[in-house]
Amino acid sequence: MALLDVDSLVTEFVTDEGRVRAVDGVSFTVEEGSTVGIVGESGCGKSVTALSIMRLLPQPMGQLVGGAVRFRERDLTQLPLEAMEQVRGNDIGMVFQEPMTALNPVHTIGRQLTEVMLLHRDFSADQATREAVQLLERVGIPSPDIRMGEYPHQLSGGMRQRVVIAIALACRPALLIADEPTTALDVTIQAQILELIKQLQSDLGMSVVLITHDLGVIAETCDSVVVMYAGRVAEQGSVYDIFDRPAHPYTRGLLSSIPRLDTRPKSKLSVIDGMVPGLLELPSGCRFQNRCQHAVPACGSTDPVHEQIEGSHCVSCLRWRDL
Amino acid sequence: MTGPLLEVVDLTMHFPVREGILLRGHKVNRAVDGVSLAIMPGETLGLVGESGCGKSTLGRCISRLYSPTSGTIRFEGTDITRLGRSALMPFRQNIQMIFQDPMESLNARHTVGEILEEPLVIHRLGDKVSRAKRVRELLDIVGLPARSASRYPFEFSGGQRQRIGIARAIALNPRLIICDEPVSALDVSIQSQILNLLIELQREFNLSYLFIAHDLAVVKHVSDRVAVMYLGRIVEQAPGEAIYRGPVHPYTRSLIAAVPVPDPHREVKREVIAGDVPSPIDPPAGCHFHPRCPMAEPRCRQEVPLLREVDKQHTSACHLSPN
Repeated sequence: MALLDVDSLVTEFVTDEGRVRAVDGVSFTVEEGSTVGIVGESGCGKSVTALSIMRLLPQPMGQLVGGAVRFRERDLTQLPLEAMEQVRGNDIGMVFQEPMTALNPVHTIGRQLTEVMLLHRDFSADQATREAVQLLERVGIPSPDIRMGEYPHQLSGGMRQRVVIAIALACRPALLIADEPTTALDVTIQAQILELIKQLQSDLGMSVVLITHDLGVIAETCDSVVVMYAGRVAEQGSVYDIFDRPAHPYTRGLLSSIPRLDTRPKSKLSVIDGMVPGLLELPSGCRFQNRCQHAVPACGSTDPVHEQIEGSHCVSCLRWRDL
Repeated sequence: MTGPLLEVVDLTMHFPVREGILLRGHKVNRAVDGVSLAIMPGETLGLVGESGCGKSTLGRCISRLYSPTSGTIRFEGTDITRLGRSALMPFRQNIQMIFQDPMESLNARHTVGEILEEPLVIHRLGDKVSRAKRVRELLDIVGLPARSASRYPFEFSGGQRQRIGIARAIALNPRLIICDEPVSALDVSIQSQILNLLIELQREFNLSYLFIAHDLAVVKHVSDRVAVMYLGRIVEQAPGEAIYRGPVHPYTRSLIAAVPVPDPHREVKREVIAGDVPSPIDPPAGCHFHPRCPMAEPRCRQEVPLLREVDKQHTSACHLSPN
């Protein structure tokens, strides 16, 4: 039984111009101890998927309108709010992209760390402080005793992200959802943070959902991958399925358009023409059709079914067999 | 053999930092600290480094948006380091810039036509009719429809806005364009479109680029030569292929090792370097990189390593580099 089972999730936002469906029937599972990557471009719904799982959608605009999120066989979408508060932080930890906004600037690092433990675990203040110092040490922060009394602005970006990770891990969650955890960081710091997440995962046996736009990060850290496009899952499968046998024209386009260290300098990169359609002007049928080289008239009228290719490898494309 | 289009010799840019309640503390931020480089006509020099290494400051010194503290900038042999406003005008026409965030660098209250016409007006080129013709021509070059001229920047997507930024930069037929992180705000599928456009324009108009970015794969793709910057100094410079296949400086090596590669089969064995980039206000003595360097020796803490040739066209500033 999977730890997390997201089943046909549908999330809508109420805007001045009408209802917008940001996530439209997204399904995936996260096994115990594994890492699932969600990849896609801005506006594809990857962050909204994470917020929907945590039920942290901006209120009152964001609404979960369908589907189920089963965590340890309990449907999180049906939980009363108080029970959901117990799940957040305690069972599922979350790391956000920008560590400066995720931390409270007027509270010390120590206070923000111990807060979670005092809330979710039966700790005395002393115990919480000791545990917090250990956690900071664990995520690789030098002189943790001193850092406990410091404020977020006194730390560098990489250090702040380590603190955010320490907070997310404070209650030993079974699942960590990391939304672009390294996007705001430099490459050498990014390498440190990814290494840290991997190491903590194997030490603590935690599962991870990693949301990113960087295919390199996905290839290096994930076991399986969900490729999202305009609110839907275009393709999903193991990391080898996606990188070795991409079936969806969008996945293929993405993989071939990134410059790599070993491509010939100044050679023409292959491109995906055009741009992602706005959520208010989504075409009927396949959402990628206007940018797809292989589109046929049927793509404009039929919604592609999410079909199984082999094992866990699935694709939403009418023409995947022909390509 | 013609001379270099741009030659920078021992350039420094120091910013005073005032501290304390009375702002009387006098410290200096050595953002650029003795940089020398040259760019040939039609050549791209890539400048790569992490945040705070001074790469953007260097770009802004060269375009004379900043007045450098010391050193020399020569454009086609003429020293432009200390030229005043009016004497600088003809050089401004030849040295243009493309910025990271096109939304911030385009005036939101002007139409695209006005934005593209402005450089022509400032430099008193042509009359109303010929300028309008040039605007249509520019839009066509960067792949935007002619009707874009009457629309405002907010009506365009990020990729299209960067096309407008590029059109403005080439409006005056410059010789050199300083591209400061031109694709880092864009999605992967759009990034390759813009990189292709920049490479095409270079071929067509024999442009030279100083291409500043933090993404090594992107820099390597567009550049003939690559310079790696760390805390205000260039630590290694070589043809793109050489820097990727045979990096000599330990910082370059760790930078390359830190880039996540989109290939799940690659065994990740990283020399993850510890620590953060130190502040350029009180940089470490000797080699700036020594606190993070896995190979540091006693003399690295005292002596500043100078750039020396390790191979043809390949220089490195490390005491331990081979001769």
